[in-house]
Amino acid sequence: MAENKGILICGEVVDGKLAAITAELLGAGKKLSAELEQPLGALLIGKDIEEVAQETIGLGADRAYTIDGPAFLDSLPDLYVALIAAACEKLQPSVVILGQTDMGRDVAPRLAAKLKTTAVLDCVGLEIDPETRALLQTRPVYGGNATAVWVTESQPQIATLRPRSVMAAESDTSRTGEIEPLPIVVEDSAIKGKLVETVKTEVEGIKLEDAKVIVAGGGGIGGPEGFEKLRELASLLGGTVGVTRVPCDEGWLPLTMEIGQTGRIVGPDLYIAVGISGAPQHMAGCSGSKCIVTINKDPDANLFKESNFGIVGDYKQVMPAFIEKCRELLSS
Amino acid sequence: MNIIVCVKQVLDPDIPPAKFKVDSASKQVVPPEGIPPVINPYDAQAVELALRLKEKQGGKITVLTVGSDGADKAVKYAISMGADDGFVLSDEVFEGSDSFSMAYILSKAVEKIGEYDLVLCGRQAADWDEGLVGSIIAESLGTSLVTLAEDAEVVDEGLKVKRVTLDGYQAFIVPTPAVVTVSNEVGQARLPSGLGIISAARRQIPVWKAADTGIDPSLVGSAAARRKLFALSVPARERKCEIIEGETPAEAATKLAERLREAGAI
Ligand SMILES: Cc1cc2nc3c(=O)[nH]c(=O)nc-3n(C[C@H](O)[C@H](O)[C@H](O)COP(=O)(O)OP(=O)(O)OC[C@H]3O[C@@H](n4cnc5c(N)ncnc54)[C@H](O)[C@@H]3O)c2cc1C
Repeated sequence: MAENKGILICGEVVDGKLAAITAELLGAGKKLSAELEQPLGALLIGKDIEEVAQETIGLGADRAYTIDGPAFLDSLPDLYVALIAAACEKLQPSVVILGQTDMGRDVAPRLAAKLKTTAVLDCVGLEIDPETRALLQTRPVYGGNATAVWVTESQPQIATLRPRSVMAAESDTSRTGEIEPLPIVVEDSAIKGKLVETVKTEVEGIKLEDAKVIVAGGGGIGGPEGFEKLRELASLLGGTVGVTRVPCDEGWLPLTMEIGQTGRIVGPDLYIAVGISGAPQHMAGCSGSKCIVTINKDPDANLFKESNFGIVGDYKQVMPAFIEKCRELLSS
Repeated sequence: MNIIVCVKQVLDPDIPPAKFKVDSASKQVVPPEGIPPVINPYDAQAVELALRLKEKQGGKITVLTVGSDGADKAVKYAISMGADDGFVLSDEVFEGSDSFSMAYILSKAVEKIGEYDLVLCGRQAADWDEGLVGSIIAESLGTSLVTLAEDAEVVDEGLKVKRVTLDGYQAFIVPTPAVVTVSNEVGQARLPSGLGIISAARRQIPVWKAADTGIDPSLVGSAAARRKLFALSVPARERKCEIIEGETPAEAATKLAERLREAGAI
């Protein structure tokens, strides 16, 4: 059997544009390509995507591969599994990286099964072991309580990369590289079922992932009303409100606002945590914040250990004066 | 409707972080003393979804788990929630299996049970958080698959399943038999009833060894694993926390705002 060679990233096209994860995958891919001294390929699926494919060359791909197909969210994942598996069979890469996105988390496990290898999902670090040349895949495990580094012993080594865990590649429009369309035909029998609808709930205001300031509330808020104060502070600071699992379980706020391992992964400049104990599953989603501030009435709450600033106290008594002073400072 | 739910026992994910220890040399998690393992919360939610489907459609819920001593507890827990039946898949040769081998072991048991419309799994196990097994079972059984389900209902053409996406959801109709992995958006799993606990405690959960389901020993265990653990550690997340004090909460609050301003955070 021919040796697998090269790094292939599976980029994503959303509304005709390169999704942000693609530049991050290329950022990670470029590093691996230098470490392994093997070429970097970028695979894109979409309609009329020559131009975006060209962008991946600027972002560091040595070669771009395009497959004509619908957007991921407009199709059955089965189609993407079949297309990417066929592309991998043709290209025989040694490393395949997808985003830990709607697409990657669904496709990677079955892609691995089809290619008789395995996949390591939700990686936050990827590097090449200088000794063995194997891909070291670092990811949180045990709900964020621990960090594991996995090595895949079969080929290709498939990983998904958590969004915003590496620097995005920077564009250099002078780079050149070829764009190769891959004609892949998927048998009808590979598609089991049909898509009925795709529903996108529009978020009002700033997305949690994009927010520079997040005021997050947990079980300690005690009910939906308490969040008024958090919203007031968030809008004052030009940020938005997030929650832990508890307010969602209690039905105070929707799960779409949940931050953590199974919710959103955020990394604001300022994270103000109010009435939150600091469980690892929550911290897994916000520990990348630059500055963490905790307001909690329990001095032993775990979150204090992972914060830069803290007040031990009842948020109901702390918040009004805090909001007042922030307003004063911001207007001066 | 015949539903098979795959469950796993895990270290209680709700233990305080200070109790969580790893032995980096042996690359193992050191289970804290006196804290019994629990059914993986996502698997309990898979049982929950199975029970809701059964309440509407009727049918039978069979629970499967792979594990050694005490693994029957996860099956019994599911039975105490309302599942009908269960099996433990246990054999020395399973030791050290990775997700692919686990999926193979479970698929062979599903095939032995034979009549099924739906296999449910949790979206991931709260220990290694791999999120692979359900998808691979679908691949090895050759069934349809929907991952990250928040809801499922029976329709004429099969099963209508809503899949959670980052910004909403997708709805699919897939033919049965199907494999569906269940996300926490399904909602909280019901607690076992008193009666359920009593009847589950009395049950003997049959154990199937590798030979009972026709498992090829060369495809399971640590020798067959496609990935190896290279390192395991506890991440350093601690920060130096400056606790802001004051005569009154309001005073502390005012000082905090000033400190954040000084630090350039606001
Ligand atoms: C498999 C799994 C996955 C999970 N995924 C996630 C996830 O993605 N995101 C997530 O957030 N959680 C997740 N969880 C849940 C997580 O383990 C914790 O249970 C949850 O984060 C706790 O939320 P909390 O800190 O808001 O609530 P609690 O633990 O109830 O803490 C409330 C805090 O508020 C304080 N408090 C109470 N009243 C006041 C007051 N008046 N003023 C100030 N402070 C007050 C208390 O001292 C306490 O520290 C998951 C759990 C499991 C098992």
